[in-house]
Amino acid sequence: MDINPILILAALMVASTPILLAAIGELVVERAGVLNLGVEGMMIVGAVCGFIAGHNSGSMFMGFTGAALAGAAVSLIFAVLTQYLLTNQVATGLGLTMFGLGLSSLIGQSAVGTTDLSLPKLPIPLLSDIPFIGPILFQHDAIVYLSIGIVAGVWYFLSRTRAGLILRAVGENHGAAHALGYHVRLVRVGAIVFGGACAGLAGAYISLVRVPQWIDGITAGAGWIALAIVVFASWKPWRLIAGAYLFGGVTVLQLNLQADGTLALLDLIIIVVAALTIGYAIYRAIKTARFDVRDNIVPLSIIGIAALYALLRLLGMETIPVEYLSMLPYLATIAVLVGLRSGGAAASLGKTFHPSS
Amino acid sequence: MKRRTLLASGAAAAMAAVTGLPARAQEKTKVGFIYVGPINDGGWTQHHHHSAMEMVEHFGDAIEFMYQESVPEGPDAERAITQMARSGADIIFTTSFGFMDPTINVAANFPNTVFEHATGYKQADNVSVYSARFYEGRAIQGTLAGRVTQTNKIGYIASVPIPEVIRGINASYLHAKKVNPDVEFKIIWIFEWLNPAKEADAAKALIEQGCDVVLQHTDSTAPHQAAKEAGGVYTFGQAADMAEYGPMPRISSIIDNWAPYYIDRVQAVIDGTWTSTNTWDGIGTGMVGIGEVSDVVPAEYKAEAEAMRDAIATGDYHPFTGPITKQDGTVWLAEGEVANDGDLAGMFFYVEGIEGDIPS
Amino acid sequence: MLKLEKRPQPSKFWTYAAPLLAVVITIVLGMGLFAFLGNDPILSIKTIFWDPVFGEFAYMDRPEVIKKAAPLILIAIGLSFGFRAGIWNIGAEGQYIIGAICGAGVALAFYPTEARWLIFPLMIIAGLLGGLLWALIPAILRVYFKTNEILVSLMLVYVAEVLIKAFSIGLLRNPDGFGMPGSRNLRQYASAANNEVIAGTGMHWGAITAVFAVIVAYILFTRHQFGFNVRLAGQSPRAAGFAGVNANRLVMRCLLLSGALAGVAGMFEVSGPAGQIMGSFPSFYGFTAIIVAFLGRLHPIGILLAGLLMALTYIGGETAELTLNLPSAAILTFQGMLLFSLLAVDVLTNYRFKFAGAEVR
Repeated sequence: MDINPILILAALMVASTPILLAAIGELVVERAGVLNLGVEGMMIVGAVCGFIAGHNSGSMFMGFTGAALAGAAVSLIFAVLTQYLLTNQVATGLGLTMFGLGLSSLIGQSAVGTTDLSLPKLPIPLLSDIPFIGPILFQHDAIVYLSIGIVAGVWYFLSRTRAGLILRAVGENHGAAHALGYHVRLVRVGAIVFGGACAGLAGAYISLVRVPQWIDGITAGAGWIALAIVVFASWKPWRLIAGAYLFGGVTVLQLNLQADGTLALLDLIIIVVAALTIGYAIYRAIKTARFDVRDNIVPLSIIGIAALYALLRLLGMETIPVEYLSMLPYLATIAVLVGLRSGGAAASLGKTFHPSS
Repeated sequence: MKRRTLLASGAAAAMAAVTGLPARAQEKTKVGFIYVGPINDGGWTQHHHHSAMEMVEHFGDAIEFMYQESVPEGPDAERAITQMARSGADIIFTTSFGFMDPTINVAANFPNTVFEHATGYKQADNVSVYSARFYEGRAIQGTLAGRVTQTNKIGYIASVPIPEVIRGINASYLHAKKVNPDVEFKIIWIFEWLNPAKEADAAKALIEQGCDVVLQHTDSTAPHQAAKEAGGVYTFGQAADMAEYGPMPRISSIIDNWAPYYIDRVQAVIDGTWTSTNTWDGIGTGMVGIGEVSDVVPAEYKAEAEAMRDAIATGDYHPFTGPITKQDGTVWLAEGEVANDGDLAGMFFYVEGIEGDIPS
Repeated sequence: MLKLEKRPQPSKFWTYAAPLLAVVITIVLGMGLFAFLGNDPILSIKTIFWDPVFGEFAYMDRPEVIKKAAPLILIAIGLSFGFRAGIWNIGAEGQYIIGAICGAGVALAFYPTEARWLIFPLMIIAGLLGGLLWALIPAILRVYFKTNEILVSLMLVYVAEVLIKAFSIGLLRNPDGFGMPGSRNLRQYASAANNEVIAGTGMHWGAITAVFAVIVAYILFTRHQFGFNVRLAGQSPRAAGFAGVNANRLVMRCLLLSGALAGVAGMFEVSGPAGQIMGSFPSFYGFTAIIVAFLGRLHPIGILLAGLLMALTYIGGETAELTLNLPSAAILTFQGMLLFSLLAVDVLTNYRFKFAGAEVR
């Protein structure tokens, strides 16, 4: 086995950063009761504007600032349409994706190419020297830390501040929030613009750091994955990190498994995950003194997949069909959704608000 | 109807009047191109377009040029080709494998227009096919890779599992193995031709697993950037020279050079000598170009690679010369036997020594 | 300051005038965009909207508009029922893909049988069932587990995309195709081809089915209990409950109906215009149809017109790319603007603008 677990874990943090950034923005939007399906469109506009701003100014900081502003600007179109002209959020969001893909390509016609900018790694003193954990967690660039900082900030904002409470109230019941005198639309516009800025940053991380270059369609569907992660995380900020690392991890893992040519690492991961899941399910069953299938959809599906994998291995499977592997995170998301039942999404999600209704 | 025109028609008409050409000659030959990607994709489409522009420069006022970019393979392709044919194109180049059936279908409706389909296998009276023997360049890359690697691990970013890509893997593996019996190939399929983010991730994964040479059959420069950041890793340009990444990490390249072919075929239309052909050219005619081997490669290896290039160009050496055994242990080519084009066109097996299965 | 006030009744005038206003707004914005890019704005607009219908090559373009519109209309009609009832299937793209895979799969399984009378109907049934089964997943999860159908159906789009990519290089790969990806071409397989029923009109079996679906949907909405239940559930779920509408059954029916129509659309597309299963088969139709459904105000006739308009911008846009040197990105941007303004003007139908502070009516 040539795979170095430390490197693979560090790589997955980098690979997951754009989807994490886009997802944390969308999480706030959805907690405010708005479904913006235009993440991909905002991301790619951020990617091209960030690339141009960064490349022309020679400064990463300007690049990311420009990207955040550009993402926020296109999200404002969505905000005005859905909040003030009361258009359907699903249709408007899809329109925003189309518009963003077209606009980014127009803006970027003359900007195609690479850049010499690079974002230095910032090892955190002391922490980065810890064996194993240090190289995985504490030897990254500023944006990786920033993305986790934003997640922490969003968590704090939503659960510990009054403004966060208002935002959640708006998402749960816009009629009641309005009756209490809160500015439902203003709160939502704020959330949407925050979401746009985060998506812009996410796009710029791809075009300025991860690849780094600009060509048409460079985000390649990452915005859609961000939407999936928000659901996977059941709208909870900390779980978002787990979700992003799962999705990013599957990508990185499947590339590594292909290169390695053996399934030793996957065997190990599956054994560990299955053992942890079984332990957790037993612990919960003992603690609550009951076992309900519906409450255990997620553990049961994990155990099911592990069992299926074990069976295939025993039957002599030497390589996995990688082309099917990328389905897994989506199926996992559905399993999480089922496990959540109706508990997760903001009650007003996707519904149009007008004070008179 | 106004058309995408790259020349001043007035000037051309005036010239025709002065030289007193017959009326027929005033009808300029219209040349159309259908591209699968945007013309600035940095890879496949960009190089077809680049070659097309060279062709346009060559003919100048004698032709009228038009193109359509970002035509998706599938239901939209047939319409795009039809639109081009009906707007009077005399010859249309359709430059992606997925345009094969649409090209054949449209060609049946426009018997007076001739079509040139890249990388396909279906011909008709007015449809030629053309492709390049990229595997010849792969043999040279494999030789260089086998020579420069220190870790004896060579990474390969493969795109879509089709014979062309598999030929490339086999050709480079055989030649790396020939000069360095200890080499091992690590192959990652990304199932796309162009996805910079995924290519970057694949390159990083290969480098982290100890590969110090990364070959790619995908179109972006992202793997070069990853190699540059990692340091001490060698790469090869794909489709373009990608010289901006030389002398390190890029140490050579395979360059798609369609211009001579395009000039040839358009000339044939102008002369009225066009016939349906099946062209599969390589280094010999210049359709496959080999980028300058950079100076970080020791002189003796550079000379070795250049000698191989010249031997392939003259036809003295064929990259698939026996003995070659398939991965499953059966003999494919006996000692001294040279692969025939039929076998090469449909190649769907790894040669002995490559680990793993072709996804299917 | 300008304020919105809900109208007691949707405005009759604006119901018809709003879309026209939107088209005018878009044309003005679009002319600005095209002029900015250095093109003749009037010629650009004429090429996109006029030439495909009345121009020199209209006889070739009109059938293409119909072929392009057919799947959009078919899918959008199916979606409109659920959308009216507040049931959000946004995974039509996935159902469309699975319908295509199933339809093509049946055809290829029987290759090269010559009995078209058997194969083609079987393919339609397979496509229908494929789409239906793919929609059954969110339906069951919504009914029995109260899982959000928006998100499940969206996730299943990604799964379907992975499947069609894998099948095009694996299970369904053309065995005579020299190892190239993609299935056999169904249009070259007489028993399975979805050809034009009347040559030169663009009316293939999918287009005929789409027209039929529009008529049936119109009858259902205006004359049938199901349409009434759908509208009632959309306006007031509580009232629907009192009226004896079974909410779960409504969810099932709406989702399965939209899935089945999307599946059939996929089957007609793969056996007609597309011809084969390949990785690039998914073409965003399932998502575009959502937009079409809203542009058509969830009304069957509206959807018919919206589908044709959307198709027109595709065909005209392609012509403009070829003849006017417009980059394809400009067309995409233009379509986005068209959607935004069509969606935005809808506000005039249900609301009126009022100056705040002026209390007198």
